[in-house]
Amino acid sequence: MFDLQWLLIAIPLASGLGLLVWGKEGDRYGHLIGTAASALSFAFGLVLFVALLGKDAEHRSQSTELFTWIDAGSFHVDAGFTFDQLSGLFVLLITGVGTLIHVYSIGYMAHDERRRRFFAFLNIFVAAMLTLVLASDYLVLFLGWEGVGLASYLLIGFWQHKPSAAAAAKKAFVVNRVGDLGMALGIMLMFAEFGTSSIDAVNGAITSASGSVATALGLLLLLGACGKSAQVPLQSWLLDAMEGPTPVSALIHAATMVTAGVYLVVRSNGIFDASEAARTAVIVVGLVTLLAGAWIGCAKDDIKKALAGSTMSQIGYMMLAAGLGPAGYAFAIFHLITHGFFKANMFLGAGSVMHGMNDDVEMRHYGGLRTFMPITFATFGLGYLAIIGVPPFAGFWSKDKIIETAFGENFWVGMGALLGAGVTAFYMTRLMIMTFLSEKRWREDVHPHESPRVMTWPLIALAALSAVGGILLLGDWISEWLEPVTGHAEHHELAVPAIVLTLIITAVVAVGVAAAVFFYNREPIAAESPADSSVSFFTRAGRHELYGNELNDAVVVRPTRHLTRFLVWFDGKGVDGFVTGVADRLGDTSQFLRKPQTGYVRSYALTMFGGVAVLVLALLAVTLA
Amino acid sequence: MTAFWLLAPIMVVAALGLVFARKAVHAALCLAVVMISLAVLYAVQGAPFLFAVQIIVYTGAIMMLFLFVLMLVGVDSSDALKETIAGQRLAATVIGLLFGVTVVLAVGQTVSGAVVGLKAANGNGNPYGLSELLFGKYVLAFEFTSALLITAALGAMVLAHKERLTPRHSQADIAARRMREYAESGRHPGPQATPGVFARHNAVDTPALLPDGTPLESSISSSLVARGQVRDGFDDDIDKVVEQLGDEQPADESFGGEK
Amino acid sequence: MNEYITLSLILFTIGAVGVLVRRNAIVVFMCIELMLNATNLAFVSFSRQHGNLDGQVAAFFVMVVAAAEVVVGLSIIVSIYRTRRSASVDEASLLKS
Repeated sequence: MFDLQWLLIAIPLASGLGLLVWGKEGDRYGHLIGTAASALSFAFGLVLFVALLGKDAEHRSQSTELFTWIDAGSFHVDAGFTFDQLSGLFVLLITGVGTLIHVYSIGYMAHDERRRRFFAFLNIFVAAMLTLVLASDYLVLFLGWEGVGLASYLLIGFWQHKPSAAAAAKKAFVVNRVGDLGMALGIMLMFAEFGTSSIDAVNGAITSASGSVATALGLLLLLGACGKSAQVPLQSWLLDAMEGPTPVSALIHAATMVTAGVYLVVRSNGIFDASEAARTAVIVVGLVTLLAGAWIGCAKDDIKKALAGSTMSQIGYMMLAAGLGPAGYAFAIFHLITHGFFKANMFLGAGSVMHGMNDDVEMRHYGGLRTFMPITFATFGLGYLAIIGVPPFAGFWSKDKIIETAFGENFWVGMGALLGAGVTAFYMTRLMIMTFLSEKRWREDVHPHESPRVMTWPLIALAALSAVGGILLLGDWISEWLEPVTGHAEHHELAVPAIVLTLIITAVVAVGVAAAVFFYNREPIAAESPADSSVSFFTRAGRHELYGNELNDAVVVRPTRHLTRFLVWFDGKGVDGFVTGVADRLGDTSQFLRKPQTGYVRSYALTMFGGVAVLVLALLAVTLA
Repeated sequence: MTAFWLLAPIMVVAALGLVFARKAVHAALCLAVVMISLAVLYAVQGAPFLFAVQIIVYTGAIMMLFLFVLMLVGVDSSDALKETIAGQRLAATVIGLLFGVTVVLAVGQTVSGAVVGLKAANGNGNPYGLSELLFGKYVLAFEFTSALLITAALGAMVLAHKERLTPRHSQADIAARRMREYAESGRHPGPQATPGVFARHNAVDTPALLPDGTPLESSISSSLVARGQVRDGFDDDIDKVVEQLGDEQPADESFGGEK
Repeated sequence: MNEYITLSLILFTIGAVGVLVRRNAIVVFMCIELMLNATNLAFVSFSRQHGNLDGQVAAFFVMVVAAAEVVVGLSIIVSIYRTRRSASVDEASLLKS
């Protein structure tokens, strides 16, 4: 049965391509077919996962080889897939959350005349993402990697009539290329070092390779992961990516695609286990992104951008956990799954709010929506409780474990993660207050209303998952389940008992919530964003995304532009100048040489006669001498 | 030596005339003078056979051939006096002078020694001596020249022959063509106007007059125009005619043309 | 003796300059004839100088060749004139017509 796992990919891919080429008649059924394809894939994934559960721990990695993709001398790549514990979880997350978002999109995109195309892109994304997680070879993984990049590009720029959306799509594509360069170089390095790019083979052979190779591979893969997962320094595209339709933000830029970097690090655990330096780099990147994302989330008044900052921050947590080695891998994946639930839930909730508010994203124009959108409020609230880590909701279990492991690794890393948890509580509470609580600050002719049922049911499902997602940790199930993939971890003894640390974390979260309530419930919230000049430096920096774009501009864009200008100049004046100069000189010489060639027979005769005269002169000179 | 000093200046002047004459016919006459003088010099230098050949072949045959072609090509194809190639004349003169002076100097250096004279060689008569050489020592070259002459004759025939590529125009064709031209370009289909109309004497060098009194150039042969032999003072003739008519009746403004 | 040779050289030079200066193909041709005749004079003079008739035979051959050359040359001029209605050597300055 596992030999058929390619069907997981083939179903949404066929549906996506079919929807693209189907004509106008497809508009009536396109969304249903797209959703059905995703659901079918989910059902099959579920069957496979259950089958996997029924097997012994040793037989839980089921590989299948589809065909030989590349066979050129020593260069051999098989198009193969592996369904194991890790990819199984991912398949369920992708297709499960994906199906819910498909259902949601039926309602959300109901009035968009290009809905069929939207569903085609979504299906293609699901197919590419499944390729990414099922691949048993880094090159096949790279295929999925680029596929999700393409789908992301197409979906961010789905409303291409908006210049900002087109620009955001381009930006995401370009920034992702930087990361992809790291990926590509990494895969090339694998070929050069090991002669193969099979994930198992590379992670097996890495122990016998030199430490510098492992470090280089780790850093290159980390660069790729940073690009896809919007980690510092390649974070700038994610906030702009919110230009896409909200279901896209939920599916791609919160729940699944942006976690591909975390998946890559966990999947390449052999490489990262072999290099202390690469792991440290992952920790640093994760910690920095965690804090930067939280900071941005505090300052943004745009609900989607605030959530995007939060996404960055949460992925920072996952990265941090992944960087902690075998002790953290399982928790990284755990947090990834719970985050997939509650962040998709909140993004869809935000979409529901926007839907009721005439597509306004400015939180300062919201307020008091809890009575008008009860279901949205309730589901969003569950997601909120989950993300800030209130027990017993999903986020509490996963975040708590990560912070705990971080303290086991290093005190300051743990402190950073703890601070992040507090800030998370602050900005999420701020978001809740500004959107659902507080007084009305609506624009005129806005009539908030609850979304149709096709949109609320996915919200309810995701909210339920956010609430009970922590069940995966029951009896350390997820650690044991993933252990064959991630390797066994020795348990670190903490300086304080785990329960004390948990209490401390909960206290910090409470402080964050209290601070937000203190700041935002004290006086009415302004219906307009305060000008940049009237806010503190922290807010200003957060609003400008910590000046990441300006930094990119100064460090990369402007020097590149100058270099380009110089190169254009050099090409025009130097290279072309030389080439055309040579040609011009040749032309001039030819023009000069052409002069005597008049075609007049008399001038030729004159030359001849002159020659004879010279000859006679020479003869005379010889005779006289 | 008398003959030489008598003829040498004539020959040089005639040769210069060949170069400077505006009309090709004059140039041909100058060349004839040079050739006949040369024949005399041949005779003086003990070459009576060449004297005869020079007169017969060169002056008689070749010069006549030149004149034939000259007439065929048209006397009006005289040189335009303006030089088209910049500096050609100056350069030709300078190089010519340089060449002349140096070559005279050089040959003057080499030619020395007593003149042997042809008394002995012409012992049996000049033609006899020549024929002995032609048919003895140079018989092969002589035969080759005969082959050359035949080839040249054939070549001339081939070159002069014009292959008819289009069907011959019949009189009906020509008439149809003229009418078509008349329809298209308005060219008159009839014969051209004859010259000499309104002439005070019957002469082909007087152009016909149009009704307004202006002369019609096309009524005169183009050869006469090229030679510059069209009658001048034509307007004066008209004036005279108008004057004569004026005695009898008042001159009509339109009759005398726009004068 | 030298005066005959000098005359011959002067005539030759004048002929050469004529070839360079004149543009009517027929006149150019006549100038070439002048040059040939000048060499003939030199041949005859040398014949007398050396006391044998070889020079005169050479002059005779020159005449024969000149006759052949004139025939071909003039027919070329005629055929060119037929296509171009011009006997100017400058007109034929292009490789195409």
